[in-house]
Amino acid sequence: MGGGDLKRDYIPGILALLALAFFSRLSPHFLDWHFLVTNSTVYMEEGLLALAMTFVIIAGQIDLSVASMMGLVACLTAKLISGGANLFLAILFAVVFGILLGTFNGVLVSKLKLPSFLVTLGTLATYRGLCQAILGPTSVALPSTFIGIDKVGIGGIPDPVILFIVLAIGSSLLLRRTVLGRWVIATGANESAARYSGIPVDRVTILTFAGAGLMAGIGALLMISRLGVAHYDLASGLELDVITVVVVGGTSIAGGQGSIVGTVLSLLLIDVIKTGMDVANIKIEYQLTVVGMLLILAVLTMNGADFYTNLRKNVSLRQVTTEEPQL
Amino acid sequence: MKTMKKLLPWIVIVIAAAGCSPVNSNGTKPADSSSNGNLKVVYIAKSSGNPYFTQIENGFKKAASQMGFEYSSQSPATADATSQLEIIKGQIQRGVDVIAISPNSPDALDQVLDEARRKGIVVICVDDDLVGNETHRDAAVLPCDVTVVGDSQIDLMGKLMNYTGDFAILSATTDAPNQNAWIAEMKKQLALPKFANMHLVTTVYGDDESQKSATETEALIAKYPHLGGILSPTSVGLAAAAQVLDDEGVYPGGDHASKSGIQLTGLSTPNQMKKPLEKGVVSSFQLWDPADSGYLAGCLGVLIKEKKVTITTGASVAVPGGNPTKVEDKGVLFTGPMLTFDKSNISKYNF
Repeated sequence: MGGGDLKRDYIPGILALLALAFFSRLSPHFLDWHFLVTNSTVYMEEGLLALAMTFVIIAGQIDLSVASMMGLVACLTAKLISGGANLFLAILFAVVFGILLGTFNGVLVSKLKLPSFLVTLGTLATYRGLCQAILGPTSVALPSTFIGIDKVGIGGIPDPVILFIVLAIGSSLLLRRTVLGRWVIATGANESAARYSGIPVDRVTILTFAGAGLMAGIGALLMISRLGVAHYDLASGLELDVITVVVVGGTSIAGGQGSIVGTVLSLLLIDVIKTGMDVANIKIEYQLTVVGMLLILAVLTMNGADFYTNLRKNVSLRQVTTEEPQL
Repeated sequence: MKTMKKLLPWIVIVIAAAGCSPVNSNGTKPADSSSNGNLKVVYIAKSSGNPYFTQIENGFKKAASQMGFEYSSQSPATADATSQLEIIKGQIQRGVDVIAISPNSPDALDQVLDEARRKGIVVICVDDDLVGNETHRDAAVLPCDVTVVGDSQIDLMGKLMNYTGDFAILSATTDAPNQNAWIAEMKKQLALPKFANMHLVTTVYGDDESQKSATETEALIAKYPHLGGILSPTSVGLAAAAQVLDDEGVYPGGDHASKSGIQLTGLSTPNQMKKPLEKGVVSSFQLWDPADSGYLAGCLGVLIKEKKVTITTGASVAVPGGNPTKVEDKGVLFTGPMLTFDKSNISKYNF
């Protein structure tokens, strides 16, 4: 499983380096290590969701409700904290509530055999609707003790970035080095084959959705600490950015193939491009066009890379067959 | 070799990260001021593709040519609470001197605006304020004061009706703060001798919904046969009422108009009222000019940055080619006067 994916992993990484070079030429204000690192805190919630989404997509599913889950956890947790709840309990609540929301998706998908696209399209609207029902048009302010996790860090690297890196390494090990990781890949590659080989496919599916809920819970905490307020429309539309990150990172939308490394490099690429365009003051309409074209470019290059790999495999296979002694 | 291959992608991450670090060591720190010594001003609209904000931008461009600053603009694709946040961060890094913004949220931007102000950037709110969080910006430039809107509207209604007869007000919702403040001001004006022959028969509420506003207008016409005027200080109400007057033909010169017909006016943007104006259903209406907000905000930002103006309540701000503007409570400045649109000038505006 490793070798073939490696080429896919490289592509966003190489593109990110090219983008770094390009934007440092375009604007004298861009290439500033301190700025780039602190500014990337804006993308860390998206990154956490992308880690979980990688598992969901590799398992052959999709979760469109991730941003709504994050919004709902953010709204409720902010309401609890501003209502004077114990900070530790509120954080615990955010994580547990996130897992519950994700599990709900997972159960509907695996036990009731409903398509994940439809289930999560439904919960996307439901969870967002609940946000608005709970908060209305007003926003909830958080106490100053809770605000500013993005302003503290270790060695100049903000806490959300450190948290993301730790969770990314953990996720990568989970996917590559554990039985559960193998099960996720096997489930996405061929669900019925996985079922016949005794893999608990339903449990694996529920776990991937619960993982998305967990990351939404953690992301919600980072987000309200960064913004200092919660509002019903927080992170709305972020699910599409998250899916873009995962797909540009080389994870196959058909399932069964993908890597955390690819997702991390892809997040880096998109972070560099968006930040670069913001600093170069490029108009939003062009920004959208560039990110859209990038998605298509990534899919094209990766299909090309796969085609090339398969071609070589086929050639070597043919050589093996011709070398066989004739009857 | 196999482990090497597995480690390679992570190495790419490290190199990519390290690729940024030499900047600090070779000492080419990003320039703090702009290349030609001019101050840099950026305006961030609520969202892209709205002609109202284009008109605000026209004001900024005029200010830029008068005051000699470098102007640019940026806007998010959507108007959700945090969509302007990344743009503000990018502008801080660009080293702008003034950020003028029509904020999408009164509080979600507080943290990043504080960050900007700590770096010495002047933050001005335009057209909309950080209500309840005024300490996170330097000043706000808002369109026309309540008294200016109320007085101009009632004056226009009076002029259209020759200061005689019955009229009604078609408002938005009963609890809309702007609407109620304007109506209260109009009622205060009505006590003046010049309005002695004008009588406000009722105030009805269309809830800023086209259908409800239309129904309320129909009811007004049925209930008050001698009605001489309708004043609707909301664009939804004005458009709906114009449609009803047109359908029933009761506008001045309409097929079913009794005596002089019903004079209709109120607040709206020129683009929304072009058709009824051309047909003669409405002869004139008003709005503040968004360009005034852009012009005043552009000049004000530069003046604050150059320390030529300090924002204290009661202070007076003078800008080139305009009357001095007084600083109100909480650092708010109001533009003025109202712009009156009629057949002679409507083609000049596009918002």
